[in-house]
Amino acid sequence: MAVTGAVLVLFLVGHMVGNLKAFIGADSFNEYASFLRTMGAPILTYRVALTIVEVVLGVCIVLHMWSAVSLARRAGKARPVKYAAKRKSQANGYAVHTMRYGGVIILLFVIYHLLDLTFGTVNPAGWDGTPYERLVASFAPERWWVTLFYVVAVIMVGLHLRHGLWSAFQTLGLASGRSYRPLKAAAAAISAVLVLGFLTVPVAVMIGVIK
Amino acid sequence: MGMNLTLKVWRQNGSEDKGRMVTYRVEDVSPDMSFLEMLDVLNERLILEGDDPVAFDHDCREGICGMCGMVINGVAHGEQVATTTCQLHMRHFEDNAVITIEPWRAAPFPVVKDLVVDRSAFDRIIQAGGFISVPAGSAPDAHSVPVKKVDADAAFDAATCIGCGACVAACPNGSASLFTAAKITHLSLLPQGQPERASRAKAMVEQMDAEGFGGCTNTGECTAVCPKGIPLDTIAQMNRDYLKASK
Repeated sequence: MAVTGAVLVLFLVGHMVGNLKAFIGADSFNEYASFLRTMGAPILTYRVALTIVEVVLGVCIVLHMWSAVSLARRAGKARPVKYAAKRKSQANGYAVHTMRYGGVIILLFVIYHLLDLTFGTVNPAGWDGTPYERLVASFAPERWWVTLFYVVAVIMVGLHLRHGLWSAFQTLGLASGRSYRPLKAAAAAISAVLVLGFLTVPVAVMIGVIK
Repeated sequence: MGMNLTLKVWRQNGSEDKGRMVTYRVEDVSPDMSFLEMLDVLNERLILEGDDPVAFDHDCREGICGMCGMVINGVAHGEQVATTTCQLHMRHFEDNAVITIEPWRAAPFPVVKDLVVDRSAFDRIIQAGGFISVPAGSAPDAHSVPVKKVDADAAFDAATCIGCGACVAACPNGSASLFTAAKITHLSLLPQGQPERASRAKAMVEQMDAEGFGGCTNTGECTAVCPKGIPLDTIAQMNRDYLKASK
């Protein structure tokens, strides 16, 4: 959970920085997209490095989900008889309660997101469009529901990391009494930066700043 | 002026019985009674009426033995922080309140009767490694093994665990991590615990899993209900020792 989550967080940071190139212009954004495919050239041929990254990310997602499902199944087996009174949470924090359903929302979003902007199958600009054209077409004002889905999913990612980031340190035994406060503060700060960084691009497209 | 309460209590006649919630009315309860004394009042009446009294575990009634424990209105040991059920007083409840009382719910803690659960799983975790091997004989000289004050304090904080099982009851995953971590941390911070440190962590964690407790997802519910306030960093210590031992 902790190790695969850490890999996915590193990906998110890179992905967000890449997205922000949309503000510099179509050329910068498209150039970045083509760089991803020619990374490592001329040692590596077209798309080799990117494919390796994709495979690693895919494996991480599968293992992350496998950990989550096996934890949930163990939890179910450990408490076959439920409480009659609703178990009242005594710990602080809202984010921790969103981990399981939030994870499912994020998964559904990732599938849609790939069909939309990577494969172009559900995108008006389609496979033939440039990445920038697909971006602008996807978050067009008349497709407001795409942006809404994106906003919900990104907020879920933020909540997921709010708990997940410090939790990974705890799981790996790297946390201690004095480090909880800075760890949790860092988790909140990184989550907030990622949420804002990811939300600016589609919102900018929707209100016409990026066109 | 006494309080009048409505209790919804889990009644289960033995481990094979399916069990059910039964509603009782308890009248003229003093706000100065402990929660268990309030149940004593109910039981005295049930006995006089020829009914079966509600079975619940209790012993010292001063918050140190770890016997008592019930889930009160969805919270292990009730909502009063750092308090065992025996030290919880009726003044924390409203007059005419409806109070739901249930046993710890976890597969490794089967219900024996009503609110009494079998916590032998904890004993088996301790047996797996919660000890130090020392040559028995005369008591060693005081201060022959120096221990840093901070380490002694942290070890003592962990050692205050009374093994009541509230951590398991409160955990949404039914995990026994806080209990096991407290026992591991208590010994792994002291010089006497070093020779068996790695094997202890491995054996106790494996026993905990074998008992059928759930996994820890760091929700922090355990430490929030713990009557002794065992800190969450004991679980980080357990994970650290376990990972090191598994290398």
